Amino acid sequence: MFNLGGYGPHILAGTVTTVELSLLSLLVSFILGLIGASAKLSKNRAARGIATVYTTLIRGIPDLVLMLLIFYSLQIWINDFTDWLNNLQNSIDFEVQLDPFTSGVITLGFIYGAYFTETFRGAFLAVPKGQMEAARAFGMRPFLVFRRILFPQMMRYALPGLGNNWQVILKATALVSIIGLSDVVFAAQQAGEATLETFFYLCIAGAVYLVLTIISNGVLLYLERKYMIGVRQAVL
Amino acid sequence: MIYILQNYWRALLYSDGYHMTGIAMTLWLLVVSCAIGFCIALPLAIARNSKNPLIWGPVWLYGFIFRGTPLYVQLLLIYTGVYGLHFVRETPFLADFFRSAINCTLLSFALNTGAYTTEIFYGAIRDTSFGEVDAGRAYGMSRFTLYRRIIIPSALRRALPMYSNEVILMLHATTLAFTATVPDILKVTNDAYVATYAPFDAFGLAALIYLCISFTLIFMFRRAERHFLAHLAG
Repeated sequence: MFNLGGYGPHILAGTVTTVELSLLSLLVSFILGLIGASAKLSKNRAARGIATVYTTLIRGIPDLVLMLLIFYSLQIWINDFTDWLNNLQNSIDFEVQLDPFTSGVITLGFIYGAYFTETFRGAFLAVPKGQMEAARAFGMRPFLVFRRILFPQMMRYALPGLGNNWQVILKATALVSIIGLSDVVFAAQQAGEATLETFFYLCIAGAVYLVLTIISNGVLLYLERKYMIGVRQAVL
Repeated sequence: MIYILQNYWRALLYSDGYHMTGIAMTLWLLVVSCAIGFCIALPLAIARNSKNPLIWGPVWLYGFIFRGTPLYVQLLLIYTGVYGLHFVRETPFLADFFRSAINCTLLSFALNTGAYTTEIFYGAIRDTSFGEVDAGRAYGMSRFTLYRRIIIPSALRRALPMYSNEVILMLHATTLAFTATVPDILKVTNDAYVATYAPFDAFGLAALIYLCISFTLIFMFRRAERHFLAHLAG
């Protein structure tokens, strides 16, 4: 049943690539989002300005355009940089080659970091001020305040937006096949071209995304329950 | 950048001499797909609020499938997949329709944005205040009049902020048209990139143009919100 005319393993490998790419991009954008939200809420005007420019620019430009822009330019910038390094020190020959997977992760992480920044900013603001003041009164250092007090509480407010962003990232990974990464869409296209049954194989690719959506909905429900522990809800 | 502007300004703005291209094409894709999507979404959103599972079930399934898969897969499916089917190639009308890149692009965009818009309108209709509906009933309005005079105008107004988001996302999604050889802004700048090998200039120009269009749309929707949602301003 999973042979799919000999292309089953190929599509499975593509699915694994898609999942890896989405998870790594999620990680990158999650971290960027936390940094961006902290910058947006900080007292430092320069940090606030940079974060605002970042979120405004990224959210105003289509992801495909950004992806092509970064994917094609990044390699040139890196080459320029390594050339400069090599000129500086003639003895070493330093070179970095970007593969589509790495640039996909960097690009998607960079783009969705802007969306996560907005999500986390709202969630940070939703945590009552008294909680932070109490933590500081206990003598906790800023990082400890973040780890023990701010993060667990703000996750509850951030989860719905986070879930949305995750679904968007998952679907945005399909774009990476345009810059040559063999994800599930790419695999399905290849299988379709070889067997002349494009419709069938693309439906399989769509079904893979639907299954991934269903799984992530389940995980999200579990996380929501977990972060709701100890919250008293009104009984209607 | 100057070279690209000098050589491609006309293609970027409206035409390459043969077809509509560039900004005109992107806006055409955006307007047509949003208009069709709107027309699909309104009746479906009403159906989605029905109590009969045979009515809301299919609408839910439509939304689930089109919102659960990437637009790129849908576009590929409609553009390359459907034409490969036998019965499509043998029906002259369908064959003509699915052979054209722009038709396939518009169809997939409209179906996709229709699914998202349905969900937005569904939420807005569901959250209509019961007082408004009660008052309408007390006036002796029939169900049709109730929808036409009370529920739909009120729901559309409240849906405006969410809907403006969807239109901006749709603008971003129109970039996918270039994978189906439709000459939108990204296709023109991609041609410029291929000709000059200056990716930052070419795609940076595209990014600037999209940024301007996004900001214009956001500005227009803000004005519309101030006008239509004046009664909700606290």
